[in-house]
Amino acid sequence: MQHIIKAVLLGAIVLAAAFATNFARDLSYQVSAIVIILWAGYLFIREIGKIGNPPAPVETGYMDGVVRAGVIATVFWGITGFTVGVWIAFQLAFPDLNLSELTHGYLNFGRLRPLHTSAVIFAFGGNALIATSFYVVQRTSAARLFGGNLAWFVFWGYQLFIVLAALSYVLGASQSREYAEPEWYIDIWLTIVWVAYLVVFAGTIYKRKEPHIYVANWFYLAFIITIAMLHIVNNLAVPVSIFGSKSVSLFSGVQDAMTQWWYGHNAVGFFLTAGFLGMMYYFVPKQANRPVFSYKLSIVHFWALIFLYIWAGPHHLHYTALPDWAQTLGMVMSIILWMPSWGGMINGLMTLSGAWDKLRTDPVLRIMVVSIAFYGMSTFEGPMMAIKAVNSLSHYTDWTIGHVHSGALGWNGMITFGALYFLVPKLWFRERLYSDKLVNYHFWLATIGIVLYASAMWVSGIMEGLMWREVDAQGFLVNAFSDTVVAKFSLLVIRGTGGLFFLTGALIMAYNLWKTAIGAGEATPIKAASSVPAE
Amino acid sequence: MYTVLRELADSWFMLMMFLFFIGVIIFAFRPGTKESYDRLRNLPLQDDDVLAKDISGEK
Repeated sequence: MQHIIKAVLLGAIVLAAAFATNFARDLSYQVSAIVIILWAGYLFIREIGKIGNPPAPVETGYMDGVVRAGVIATVFWGITGFTVGVWIAFQLAFPDLNLSELTHGYLNFGRLRPLHTSAVIFAFGGNALIATSFYVVQRTSAARLFGGNLAWFVFWGYQLFIVLAALSYVLGASQSREYAEPEWYIDIWLTIVWVAYLVVFAGTIYKRKEPHIYVANWFYLAFIITIAMLHIVNNLAVPVSIFGSKSVSLFSGVQDAMTQWWYGHNAVGFFLTAGFLGMMYYFVPKQANRPVFSYKLSIVHFWALIFLYIWAGPHHLHYTALPDWAQTLGMVMSIILWMPSWGGMINGLMTLSGAWDKLRTDPVLRIMVVSIAFYGMSTFEGPMMAIKAVNSLSHYTDWTIGHVHSGALGWNGMITFGALYFLVPKLWFRERLYSDKLVNYHFWLATIGIVLYASAMWVSGIMEGLMWREVDAQGFLVNAFSDTVVAKFSLLVIRGTGGLFFLTGALIMAYNLWKTAIGAGEATPIKAASSVPAE
Repeated sequence: MYTVLRELADSWFMLMMFLFFIGVIIFAFRPGTKESYDRLRNLPLQDDDVLAKDISGEK
């Protein structure tokens, strides 16, 4: 009966999408509708095949299939996102790489840039967060994921969101809101998937056997709830037509700008910080085999971060039409935010106390420690750049890009790599990674890549900022914009090269993880029950 | 609507949030928690297969 209801529902979706394809007012919307036909059509046929089958046996134990799928998706989207990133970095140095003649502008920087940001933040980071949160919440709650196959809906629904968003950018549909470019119908779909995610995660916590909710779960939960709130408010918009992708935001003027950066900064705060801190609080103790440095500090860390982050958004709008008091508020709150950030960094780093010697022998732990170090560095740099006087120099320059990437590549990228290296042997029941030597290569390639990237952008950004404000004795500007572009050419090339290093490291990781998963170089796979480390 | 919310945000609600935050900090530092915190610090290091054993009746 359940299969019949599902099949009818899926059939209706195929039909509706077929109508949408027919009446579509623009290419992006039409292609989205076709993707939905294919997706729902495949599920429809699969569901028809299941009618009359006896109900599947109830599975027990941890639900790790969806985590395995999430790990594969994380690696796949990571490589995709990094590749696009390297490509657009070289587009900035060599504009011919836009291939405008060949692709009629479809692969211009302007269209590939949101593809890159969304692929690395939402596809790579998002999949890493979903997969690790499902893994961590089950272990620390001693409970199987709540809702059965709902977790699979979250996984595949999220992949559909990524595919629709990516296609729409290349085909020219965009809300032009930073980190929230997808148009209204993709936003609605993400909202549905996100609510399902919240249900699975909160349901698992609700039925936990461990009386305490471990701090990593607090961070994951804050991430899920806050992102839901930010996503809905920032995307309040009225579609022009139900059959077209264009929509009009409910906000305008400076209110719109503030809403966008309230969203944008808290996407950094809750997606790229709170969620990944959840990862840190589980995988660092695990890998080091040491308890969390201070549980008290972790509680203070959590509440201080949650209470303060939400106020820092206005620092993106210094010297704009935003009222001065709001700019100052954003600046002050950003500086206060330094404290919980460093509290968290200290808690992560000091978890290694008594186990520092492991850094000599364990390259995975080294990756995690470097990620925490980059967290500390970029959360120092950020508040500094939020100071108005500094911001007048740094804003709109490459310095901002450098700052973002030391956080994203250094903190988010590295902690995810660490978690992946930890997870793959566990999930595929292997004793150890295929090769520690390759992890070491990855570590050095990624670290050197980030250093090249960040230092090139510091030099380039400060130079740009100084050139823009330089005036002669009569008060005329000395440099044209094009002068700054010429001056920073070599730095743009160094930046692209740093990105190439980082991408190469990730490719080595993918190879290493693949070899680990298939059990290369291992005599016999060990069984699940014996994969527990001795304590 | 805006005036009411603004009035609330500038007065009672701000005070409430502030007190909640201070309350959490005091709660975290209350005496007599050493034992429970020591257990919680070690929570991620506990046996991964707690659940699997629980279901099959092992201990």
